[in-house]
Amino acid sequence: MRAFLALLRRDLVLAARIGGSGGLGLVFFLMIVAVIPFALGPDLNLLSRIGPAILWIAALLSTLVGLDRLFQADEEDGSLDLLRLSGTPLEILVLAKATAHWLTTGLPLAVASPLFGLLLALEPAAMATSLVSLLVGTPALSFLGAIGAALTASLRRGGLILAILVLPFAIPVLIFGVAASDPAAEARAQALLFLGALTLIAGVVGTLAAAAALRSRE
Amino acid sequence: MTRLTVSDLACRRAGRLVLRGVGFSLEAGDALVVTGRNGAGKSTLLALLAGVLRPDAGTIAFEAPGEATLPESVHWLAAKDGLKAQLTARENLLFASACLGGGLSADAALARVGLAAGADLPTAYLSSGQRRRLTLARLLASRRPVWLLDEPTNALDSQGQALLADLLREHRADGGIVVAATHLPLALPEARELALGPAATAERDA
Repeated sequence: MRAFLALLRRDLVLAARIGGSGGLGLVFFLMIVAVIPFALGPDLNLLSRIGPAILWIAALLSTLVGLDRLFQADEEDGSLDLLRLSGTPLEILVLAKATAHWLTTGLPLAVASPLFGLLLALEPAAMATSLVSLLVGTPALSFLGAIGAALTASLRRGGLILAILVLPFAIPVLIFGVAASDPAAEARAQALLFLGALTLIAGVVGTLAAAAALRSRE
Repeated sequence: MTRLTVSDLACRRAGRLVLRGVGFSLEAGDALVVTGRNGAGKSTLLALLAGVLRPDAGTIAFEAPGEATLPESVHWLAAKDGLKAQLTARENLLFASACLGGGLSADAALARVGLAAGADLPTAYLSSGQRRRLTLARLLASRRPVWLLDEPTNALDSQGQALLADLLREHRADGGIVVAATHLPLALPEARELALGPAATAERDA
C-alpha cells in the first residue's frame, strides 16, 4: 500500500514537473477539437450532431499519445527494476501507474470537455452527458493502454505498435462512449452501464495483463 | 543467520550461454568480488541474484531471519541507477525508501554521502559522481542485508571511494553481505573472489 501511494504520488509529481507528460494529452485534445470545425465548415447542426463523437475520438487519440512512455521511461532509467525489488506485487504497481495516467490524462480531458464542447456547438445537455460518459469511459482507455505500454516497454520505437495493439480493444469503449453521450438516445442509460462495465473489466484485465507482460520481459 | 548459497548456476541470454557452473556461499559479513572481462556475465550474475532474470540451471538459496525472500532483501546498484532526473535528490530517496523499506532518514543519508547541500536540487543537475553518491545514499535510506553492486566505484572521486569503503565496512560489520562486480580493485578486506572466465562466454549453444 505504501509503495502504491508513493508510486502514485511520484508519477503525479513527474507529470506536473517541467518535461513531464501532464499537459501533452490536453493540448493534443484541444488541437483535434479546434481543427475539426474549420474542416467541416459552417454547418452548426452537423457539428453539434457529431460533437460527442469528435470529443470521444479526440479523447481516444490523446490518450494514446505519450502512452508509450508509461513503462518505458521507468524501464530505461532502471526504476522498474527498483520497483520489482520492492516486494509489492507488480499488479499493485501497474494499478498505481495506470491510475496516475488516468488522473493526468483522462480526468483533465473529461473535466475540460464542456469547454471544448463550446467549440463544437454542443447543447448544454449534450455537454453534461459527454462529461459523464468521458468520466466513466476514459479509465478503460488508460487500463487497456497499460497492456500495450507494458508489452512495448523495452522497444525503443514502441509507440506505433502500441497504438495498433490497443486500438481494436478501444473500439467498444468508443462505441458505447459515443452512444452514452447522446442525450436524445433512448438507450443512453444502458450504454452508460455498458461503458462502466467495460471500465471495470479493463481495470481487472489490464492490470493483470500488464503485470504479466512486465514479468515476462527479460 | 543470513546466508546466501548459489550452486551450479547457469544462464543463457539471447541463445548464448553467459554463465555456467557458478557457485559460492556467503554468510553475514562476507563479501564477494566478481571479476571478469567485459561481457563475462558479471551484471548477469547480479541480475540473477536480484531475481530479475531467471537461471536456466542451478539454484539460489537465501536464508534470513524472518520471511523475506532474496529480491526483498537486496539492494541492486545497477548500471541503470533508477533515479528520476526531474525529482530532487531527497524526493528520489524518499521514493526509494517507500518502495524498498525504511532505514536512515533521507536527510541523514544525504549528509552521510556528502550531498546535504544538494538535497533540493533536481537530480538532472547533479554530476555523474554526485548521482553515484545519491545511489550510495539509497543503500542507507532503506536497510537491506544484501548489497549487489555493479562497478560501484564508477565516477567516484578518491573521497567518494573512501566513503564507499567505509560504507562497505560498516555494512559488513552490521552483518550484511556484499556482492560487487568490478574490474578495479575494491577496498574489501578478506573478500572472496569469483573470476568469471572466458570459458563460459566462449561456449556457444548449438
